[in-house]
Amino acid sequence: MANPDFESNARWRDLDKLLLRPGNLVNENFEPGPQLRSDLQEYARVLVVGAGGLGCELLKDFALSGFRNLEVIDMDRIEVTNLNRQFLFRLQDVGRPKAEVAAQRVMERVSGVNIVPHFCRIEDKEVEFYNDFNIIALGLDSIEARSYINAVACSFLEYDSEDNPIQETMKPMVDGGTEGFKGHARVIMPGVTPCFECTIWLFPPQVKFPLCTLAETPRTAAHCIEYAHLIKWDEVNSGKAFDADDPEHMQWIYSEATKRAELFGIPGVTYSLTQGVVKNIIPAIASTNAIISAACALEALKLATGCSKTLSNYLTYNGLEGLHTKVTEFFKDKDCLVCGPGVLLELDTSITLQKFIELVEEHPKLLLAKASVTHRGKNLYMQAPPVLEEMTRSNLNLPLYDLMDKTPKDVIHITGMVSKNDKKTSCLRKLRVVFKGVDVVTEMDTAGGA
Amino acid sequence: MIRLFKVKEKQREAAENNNGRAPVKKQSPGELRLNKDISELNLPQTTKISFPNGKDELMNFEVSIRPDEGYYRSGKFEFTFQVSPTYPHEAPKVKCKTKVYHPNIDLEGNVCLNILREDWKPVLNINTVIYGLNYLFTHPNHEDPLNHEAAAVLRDNPKTFEANVRRAMSGGYVGNNTFSRCIY
Ligand SMILES: [Zn+2]
Repeated sequence: MANPDFESNARWRDLDKLLLRPGNLVNENFEPGPQLRSDLQEYARVLVVGAGGLGCELLKDFALSGFRNLEVIDMDRIEVTNLNRQFLFRLQDVGRPKAEVAAQRVMERVSGVNIVPHFCRIEDKEVEFYNDFNIIALGLDSIEARSYINAVACSFLEYDSEDNPIQETMKPMVDGGTEGFKGHARVIMPGVTPCFECTIWLFPPQVKFPLCTLAETPRTAAHCIEYAHLIKWDEVNSGKAFDADDPEHMQWIYSEATKRAELFGIPGVTYSLTQGVVKNIIPAIASTNAIISAACALEALKLATGCSKTLSNYLTYNGLEGLHTKVTEFFKDKDCLVCGPGVLLELDTSITLQKFIELVEEHPKLLLAKASVTHRGKNLYMQAPPVLEEMTRSNLNLPLYDLMDKTPKDVIHITGMVSKNDKKTSCLRKLRVVFKGVDVVTEMDTAGGA
Repeated sequence: MIRLFKVKEKQREAAENNNGRAPVKKQSPGELRLNKDISELNLPQTTKISFPNGKDELMNFEVSIRPDEGYYRSGKFEFTFQVSPTYPHEAPKVKCKTKVYHPNIDLEGNVCLNILREDWKPVLNINTVIYGLNYLFTHPNHEDPLNHEAAAVLRDNPKTFEANVRRAMSGGYVGNNTFSRCIY
């Protein structure tokens, strides 16, 4: 244990100024007092996803802001090219897992903090792993990973019978992202503020060059690299999967791209550009990472203690031409499949899938004809194509409750056609299904038989 | 605000009664959207779809096209579709498994179809892509070639092109390339 005298005063003087005094701009549940800091230190558990440029900053910021129970997850190993901005890493760390080195370095530097590293993919962890944290901080560079964590965090969210989100089930996230001089920081409070999926349109799709341009009329160095990567690799290494993390593969792409560039008289193909294009690496600037991470860490501190109102809800920072920063309040998509409540249906355990599909067709909030039904990745019934319809047809006569593995309440998804002003459109809806009487029976059983 | 005192209570409770919920199988928004696309497929006569991994694994599937008109009439062409979890933000990855003599499909199976790359939009769907592939067989186009030898022949000498396509589909040589029979 750390020295109690030091712990109790000087070190946390500045944090205490925020946590001991009442204010006007605080959260409505803010209860200033010395207990708050010790609760923050003892009970707040934060997961940092990603131990790259943002992740290093986030870990440092959290540790210095009073958080003590931190965990970090990252699947990558340290590369030489990381060292310019991922400041927790040294040359001798190259090849070691980022999560482990980052955790170790911050623990060495900041006494009292405990950081558990996880060197694995985010998908490798059980979903329940993520439920163990009070806040999840995202320092990621891919839409895919963000979308995954967002779906996991939102899956803990429950709604009451009036479709209000239940506070204890909310898993707040702070999300940072940078691209050169630009960055964003946002707070996602599932059920309250828009989730990642509600605003996926904020992310422009990746630039994809037309294959025929690559094959026929390359004009830029990037075209030559993508030609080697997307066309030439398969042509020559038939069947062998390309691995962007294998230096030999990358070298091969580089030399092929160079040849092609010479053929067309195009300058500018370098090894680092090759890496950048193939791995879709966006130039990263240490200070942008620092700014964005600082904003995220502050929001996490506010979420945990209530010492100030949180960012509402999307901050953009642009240092490209002068400096511009702005906060935009985005709104939830009430029909969001990930964070929305969905339509609540109370059903008898005896209802068959067939009857359920009929009910969905007549339900005033749904009126969904030709419904296909999916439960947790299992297709219970598919209207089309014929090959899937045949495979799922026998389910129609079975009780839905059995098809859902006797889960008393759960989310299911349906797709079908709705008619609006004589026009038919297809839609995808989320349902919350609750089976009547199931919970009661369990309670009676445990109450002692008879 | 997350109410740390609640967290305290919860942790105490959790230690006492460990009533965990059922493990959740994660279904990405992309999978849900793909399910919707699949459940609404309205395939042309020429096209069949199959799911080699069964009814619950729809992210990888196969499509076979048997054109009923044009140069490729009576041939059978197999495609693989790979759909990522960020679908429809990203287009599906489509490859032609059947080696084909075609200006817009190279000998490795890369397909030059604008909606699979630069013109992909999230409002498009699997049905659109399948119709696009069908169109490639009825309207091969020499202006956006991947196989530029085939494209040049189509442009300069459609009769020779037709003969080449026939020869390739019956399992013969065109130039230095050998093809497998795909007329059944
Ligand atoms: Zn949402």
